[in-house]
Amino acid sequence: MNDGQPANPRGAEVRPEEEKMAPEADSQTAEREPDRSDDERPAERSDGDSSLLLELVSYLRECRTELREEWARRISQADLLQVMSEDEIFSEATEVYDNYMDALETGSIETLQKYARELSERIIPRGVETDEVLGIVLLLRDVLARSLFAKYQEDLEHLNRVLDAYEPAANRIAVTVGVSFVEERERVIQDQQESLRELSTPVLQLRDRLLILPIIGVLDPSRARQLTEQLLAAIRDNRATVVVIDITGVATIDRTVANHLVQTVEASRLMGARVILTGLSSEIAQTVVDLGVDLSMMRTVGDLQGGIEEAERLAGYSGAEAGDSDRDDDV
Amino acid sequence: MSVAILRQADYLIASIQSDLSDTEVIELRHELAELVGMHRARGIVIDVAALDVIDSFVARSLRSIVLTARLRGAETVIVGIQPDVAIAMVQFRLNLEPLRVALDLDAATTLLDQLTQGDQEDGE
Repeated sequence: MNDGQPANPRGAEVRPEEEKMAPEADSQTAEREPDRSDDERPAERSDGDSSLLLELVSYLRECRTELREEWARRISQADLLQVMSEDEIFSEATEVYDNYMDALETGSIETLQKYARELSERIIPRGVETDEVLGIVLLLRDVLARSLFAKYQEDLEHLNRVLDAYEPAANRIAVTVGVSFVEERERVIQDQQESLRELSTPVLQLRDRLLILPIIGVLDPSRARQLTEQLLAAIRDNRATVVVIDITGVATIDRTVANHLVQTVEASRLMGARVILTGLSSEIAQTVVDLGVDLSMMRTVGDLQGGIEEAERLAGYSGAEAGDSDRDDDV
Repeated sequence: MSVAILRQADYLIASIQSDLSDTEVIELRHELAELVGMHRARGIVIDVAALDVIDSFVARSLRSIVLTARLRGAETVIVGIQPDVAIAMVQFRLNLEPLRVALDLDAATTLLDQLTQGDQEDGE
């Protein structure tokens, strides 16, 4: 521990050296990082390395205040985390800094991993991007490395050894934070897909024995299959005789999905319900004809209104609104 | 475009004024598909009296107009096929399977009335 030599990351004499070092350190990481699993790392580290690490950790802890401020300053300078206020950035920076130190010291990344996950949970909803998170972690790594350069610039050999100890640990931390963020993000996406799947195909009962199935969004094969299952279950539960499937909200359709719709109609018929398909956009209608999908046994009506009128007629309700038919068909 | 599309009650009447290029045939198809939805039309009459030739492309396009319109909830009737054209079409064995044909506009609307009524009744 030199007697509190202030960190001077902007020191002009430090820079050229550091730029020389950086690529080296990177290539080192590239070859070492992949084959290292989380658990074997601490054991691998030699005693010399760990004592060096302890030394630099206690040094970095000493300079905690300046380095932290420097880091927060660099973050706002680089226009990262624009969705967060200065104060927020600073308090998060403090926490990350302390966690970072712990991880450097103990070589255990579990706490950091946990913290990174929580942090991701907090900031993902606010629209923080992956590159920003990676950016701030790499900035911290850079800030710390610069302070090390400043401290050991007199003794190049010692600096080399310090960096040997520091770089792998720092890289590992960066990877951990990045991976945690991406994992959290993927988890969010998966959750959303799940809820979309559940929300997207409600089967509504319009009248006794008359169901409406509005479909909105993209129809992919898995959704089409799920939709069929839901519809058939609803037909059974409600003892429905007529179903209106409205696809006004579907922008495109392909052969697989068109065929699936045909099968849905066929299956519904086997359940004893008649299906009216409504709201085919002109594009979809033309696509379906071009694809040569046989929809001849399907009952199609232009829009939902017409479809409901037709359905009421089929289900035996007097089609009063239709105006052109006042008969009550037996079903 | 040399096709006038008129609206009469629940039906659209597309009157072809002169021979159509392939592009115009495709345009007609798009336009009819759009208009059927916009006007909630239940029937389309296509008057082909001005066509001296109906080649396989036009025949196929007419067929796809019929199918598209049906998906959009409208039936289609073709009127005014010229005698020469009719003979040629038979000789060339152009398949007009789903096409319904009528002699003139009167017959076409009557046929459409039947078709759209029947559509509502043949539910069983």
